[in-house]
Amino acid sequence: MMKIEILGMGCQKCSNLMDATKKAAAELNIEAEFVKVEDIKKIMSYGVMTTPALVVDGVVKVSGKIPSVEEIKALLQ
Amino acid sequence: MFQTFADYMTYEVFKIEPGTQLAGAVDFFIYDSLKIFFMLIVIIFFVSMIRSYFSPERTKQLLSHKREFLGNIMASLLGIVTPFCSCSAVPVFIGFVEAGVPLGVTFSFLISSPMVNEVALVLLWGMFGWKVAAIYITTGLLVAIASGYVIGKLKLEHLVEEYVYQMKVGQSEIVEMNITQKIHYAINYTKEILGKVWLYVVVAIGIGGAIHGYAPEDFLVAYAGKDNFFAVPIAVLLGVPLYSNAAGIIPIVYVLMEKGMSMGTVLAFMMSVTALSFPEMIILRNVLKPKLIAIFIGIVSVAIICTGYLFNAIL
Repeated sequence: MMKIEILGMGCQKCSNLMDATKKAAAELNIEAEFVKVEDIKKIMSYGVMTTPALVVDGVVKVSGKIPSVEEIKALLQ
Repeated sequence: MFQTFADYMTYEVFKIEPGTQLAGAVDFFIYDSLKIFFMLIVIIFFVSMIRSYFSPERTKQLLSHKREFLGNIMASLLGIVTPFCSCSAVPVFIGFVEAGVPLGVTFSFLISSPMVNEVALVLLWGMFGWKVAAIYITTGLLVAIASGYVIGKLKLEHLVEEYVYQMKVGQSEIVEMNITQKIHYAINYTKEILGKVWLYVVVAIGIGGAIHGYAPEDFLVAYAGKDNFFAVPIAVLLGVPLYSNAAGIIPIVYVLMEKGMSMGTVLAFMMSVTALSFPEMIILRNVLKPKLIAIFIGIVSVAIICTGYLFNAIL
């Protein structure tokens, strides 16, 4: 199962990114585990400086912006 | 072009009698709105294109182990073009420190970034003329450079939370955007900012149009004119708890200036609102000890107050 993590210290943008990613995964029929990462140490361990960030199976895909659902779909495939 | 359209809307579409006060106000409102929104779109798009070439990751590398002073100047300038939102202040701070960016240089960046930005530039330019905009940008940079430099000289590294120094920062490979993606990013960013500020801008222009006639022009001169020594520090103190972006504060600034507050005092007020804010301090509390936050607020306030006095003296 795919592991999708959303990094961010609890701002509005983080939940927007979470919603967009859930939508993208649902449209692609991907089964995934969604995790919200709010711990700064964990966030930094990914080398991310701008939140929100999208991490798929341990790889940082997006950082500091909210891509469109279409863009996220491309990143998930 | 904007004037023709404003005239057309006022006299042909709304059929308002030319020469009346209402016609003047409506004409002014349409013209100013068009002009400022046009400037906002063009300049935000342009700035976000430049921004797409910078990232905090790259800025961090540029500033790593830079000497003080030169580093403070570079950090303040990079603060303008590096995309940054105060919600990312903590990871940015830790990333900078971990990469060996000196503390004072990091502060120059953190001060300049929210204070000196394209929205402030456009609004000041559109409503008060390019000179005011240029003065704001230049003095904003000077405040960021000077405050960061002083913080660096004070050697306050021990007032940063210890865990920051133990943090292991991973490496991430963010793929560079191609030109189509950059344009796409810039369009989205422009939309996002416009969505956030349009209401403030309309209110500012509306107030600007409406206020001309009412409330005496020199209403505030006695309290906040050049001759009142306490006007600048009070404006700065009032600005700290007020939290707003540059767009939100412009309507207030417009009214204050219109009613006789002097230029230096107005600039100091605007800087204090954008550069010093409680929410940002609470976020920074994650990485800074309370004493360092207090010193930070103190130094930036003093720098802003000096700027205010300087402009009250020379303008």
